[in-house]
Amino acid sequence: MPYTVRIPAPLRKFTDGAESVSCQAPDLEGMLAELVLRFPDLKERLCEPDGRPRRFFNVYVNEEDIRFLGGAQYRFREADDVLILPSIAGGC
Amino acid sequence: MSYALGLRCRDCGQTYSFTPQAGCEACFAPLEVAYDLPAIGRALDPARIAARPANMWRYRELLPIEPETAASRPRPTALQIGWTPLQPAPRLARALGVRELYVKNDAVNFPTLSFKDRVVAVAFDCALRFGFSVVACSSTGNLANAVAAQAAALGLEAFIFTPADLEAAKIIATRIYGARLVQIDGNYDHVNRLCGEIAQKLAWGIVNVNLRPFYAEGSKTVAYEIAEQLGWRLPNALVCPMAGGSLLTKIGRGFDELRALGWVQGDSRICGAQATGCSPISTAVKRGSREIVPQKPRTIARSLAIGDPADGVYAGETIRRTGGWAEDATDSEIVEGIRLLAETEGIFAETAGGVTVASARKLIAAGRIDAEGSLVLVISGNGLKTLDAVADHLPQSVVLPPRLADFENYLSSLQLEAPGLEPALA
Repeated sequence: MPYTVRIPAPLRKFTDGAESVSCQAPDLEGMLAELVLRFPDLKERLCEPDGRPRRFFNVYVNEEDIRFLGGAQYRFREADDVLILPSIAGGC
Repeated sequence: MSYALGLRCRDCGQTYSFTPQAGCEACFAPLEVAYDLPAIGRALDPARIAARPANMWRYRELLPIEPETAASRPRPTALQIGWTPLQPAPRLARALGVRELYVKNDAVNFPTLSFKDRVVAVAFDCALRFGFSVVACSSTGNLANAVAAQAAALGLEAFIFTPADLEAAKIIATRIYGARLVQIDGNYDHVNRLCGEIAQKLAWGIVNVNLRPFYAEGSKTVAYEIAEQLGWRLPNALVCPMAGGSLLTKIGRGFDELRALGWVQGDSRICGAQATGCSPISTAVKRGSREIVPQKPRTIARSLAIGDPADGVYAGETIRRTGGWAEDATDSEIVEGIRLLAETEGIFAETAGGVTVASARKLIAAGRIDAEGSLVLVISGNGLKTLDAVADHLPQSVVLPPRLADFENYLSSLQLEAPGLEPALA
């Protein structure tokens, strides 16, 4: 059940320059663990010291915020397009 | 000289030099500008500020802008932005049940009638310093207008991304300046995500992405002006509209800096206002939660329709630590708020202003704001940009033939009893 995770530019120095990575883990927690297993330097960037995902990046699945798809409960599907993106300012 | 030392992560404290950067490389949190406040305190005082021109640049030492030079290129610092009226509002005060009320009226900010002129000016001064020739933004409308106008004035190429369903006035008031407007079939959060991806591909100065730390600083001038216009005093409370949460956070920071400089004393309860149909920050505050749960926006206050507020965590923190609170307003309350402000004080605010007035009314009624203290309402944009929101909610006007008898019939049909309406000659 491979799907593609797109890596944001600020993190590519920790992924040997890879812009995208193929993952297999079924859910968000597993996906982050899989990325960290492959690229250990990502751990500090993606996870708080207690292991929870950091607050200031968002994960999108096929252009929808994963929090609207069930968040931690969402099960990735084959060929999902997953995007990690720092959150962005706007409005007042 | 410049008193801005560099950038600092708001979460982990990591420091960076002045470069275009969206967030902290270590933890993705927003960056803020660090200043040498003791040096500013030695160089500047309220008397020196008072002698300067009436615009936001009178506080330039507290902004991340280059020192004044004889540079031949145009700079935003040549524009008369800011120093908008802090208008006493006694009739609105009576209607809301509060003793001392002021409206900080950025509906008449120059050049595009919203507080966004302030933030864009700071962002563009930095964009020119960094050598960008193309600037861009994602916007719910007011930022689009401000970016388009100032890009034209400075000779920059501008790309502007907005949701497709924006108000007509905000679309036309962007295109008129020659900016390239790209309307996206989606809500603001979709537009923002796209801009985040574009920022990684193109060497553009994107105001709310890689110029964000600088852009956000412009909002502090709202706080400085309020304090100075009150005679270097802070209001007991302030109500500010919230979309991404940046304006409220920066007003809090502005007050903090003035206290650190010793120019003002005391506390100010900073309260936030959102539309009920897009209220992730006010919902978190009311629940006592530090976690912001994103929402799908459904509100006429499109300038506030940001379901995933990037500075929501910090806005919530500012509200908590200052003893403030948050409220939200339904669509019909927003329209009532716009009308109340217009009918009592002659100020026509956009939908965000209706949100602020309606939320202030709730905060006062609930005792969250002291009715005996001083209160400032921050009005961030102009009602001429959101005419559709109120057009169907106003009393009908009449069309009469040009005959006095018809007018007299009309006048008597109104059954008015106010003095001055009786015939002067019998």
